Amino acid sequence: MLPTLSHEEILRYSRHLLIPEVGLEGQRKLKAASILVIGTGGLGSPVSLYLAAAGVGHIGLVDYDVVDSSNLQRQVIHGTASVGELKVESARRRMLDLNPGIEVEVYNEPFTSENAMRIAADYDVIIDGTDNFPTRYLSNDVCVLLGKPNVYGSIFRFEGQASVFDARRGPCYRCLFPEPPPPGMVPSCAEGGVLGVLPGTIGTIQATEALKLVLGIGEPLIGRLLLYNALDMSFDFVTLRKNPKCKICSPNPEITELIDYEAFCGVPGHDHDEGSAGKEWDISATELAQKLKNGERLRLIDVREPHELEISQIPGAQLIPLGQLAARLSELDSAEEIVLFCKAGTRSARALEVLLSAGFRKVKNLKGGINAWAREVDPSLPIY
Amino acid sequence: MATIRIPTPLRPYTNGQSDLTVSGETVGQVLDSLVQQYPALRPHIFNENGELRPFVNLFIGEENINDLQGTTTPVKDGDRILLIPSIAGG
Repeated sequence: MLPTLSHEEILRYSRHLLIPEVGLEGQRKLKAASILVIGTGGLGSPVSLYLAAAGVGHIGLVDYDVVDSSNLQRQVIHGTASVGELKVESARRRMLDLNPGIEVEVYNEPFTSENAMRIAADYDVIIDGTDNFPTRYLSNDVCVLLGKPNVYGSIFRFEGQASVFDARRGPCYRCLFPEPPPPGMVPSCAEGGVLGVLPGTIGTIQATEALKLVLGIGEPLIGRLLLYNALDMSFDFVTLRKNPKCKICSPNPEITELIDYEAFCGVPGHDHDEGSAGKEWDISATELAQKLKNGERLRLIDVREPHELEISQIPGAQLIPLGQLAARLSELDSAEEIVLFCKAGTRSARALEVLLSAGFRKVKNLKGGINAWAREVDPSLPIY
Repeated sequence: MATIRIPTPLRPYTNGQSDLTVSGETVGQVLDSLVQQYPALRPHIFNENGELRPFVNLFIGEENINDLQGTTTPVKDGDRILLIPSIAGG
């Protein structure tokens, strides 16, 4: 039995009720529906706002992060007043302001192999709005194992992808991407950046697909992948087919329960740009400043991209972008003491691996990057 | 000659170019001439043994080459090849 609508709700949703494909019955289906949104960031922001506005009766939010001012360029569900607040709480408040007639359940915890099945079990549709590979494989596997649709969206710089993975009716995420890229091969948004409006475009497509699934109308993105490029303003579609050898959704799957996704992907299940090369190779900004003050001979190598120099610089550093490092090793001397740095330490940790594998030993990674230098040593520099 | 579309994450290795016209009778030959023209692209498409990296997906028109004949899939004049990367941002 679908729930009924009050007069107040009929007025609120009148523009839906006027569409024959939705109508009163469709709106009652939305009220009865439960949708889980994994991640309350760039994608999760428009997804959660539009699902709330549309009158989806039960919405779950999973996120363990707090709102940071660098989120606000794209995470439009949060506001300046919510900086420092839990993302799920900030999002819930905004959603209930938009629509007090819905229920918002919050899970202030990372989505992991331990809690994922329990959290997802109660929902009809799962929306993948995460920002990292381990959680994407986890969301997929949970949906395959529980027999639920996974509304996928992913973004980088100017480029977005969207699809609906429903292993009962079509391919899953693993059919398309059987293996994650090697760690460091694909930059994350925290390292590479993203156009703020891009998750708006992809997130609203995810919300659209989720509503269509609940309403049972139209052609879902099952078996199709949407490729959007904001610079070219191009929308391309490709056909996705079930991989007969898929490790999780083929008739004889190799994976029958959740695995260790961080180990599988070789990266952590979050997109915080706070690279460390391991204690042995790290140097803190304060230590580095002391060494320079003592007059120690150090070669400072900045592995960021040229356009980042306009934001901040450490005097005396030489720019060799990470992508060029392997080809420019001849400019470095392994007898010299070298300190590598980037914005926050992730790219320079990778640069350190490049140098180690080329036989360099007297290398250090500036932990926390030039942002840590700005915090600890030179507060005149901005943090980005 | 086919056109191959380069996704944003790989454009730094093609001097920022998005659509490249490349010759070749098969997908494999098209990729070979592509990485010959843009050597910096090679490690992002092929592994150390010269095999296509498993997270790189290639589509001709709307079809995944894995659902056709893989790298031996024939390429006709005017075919559009899409190179689809895995991205994880959200």
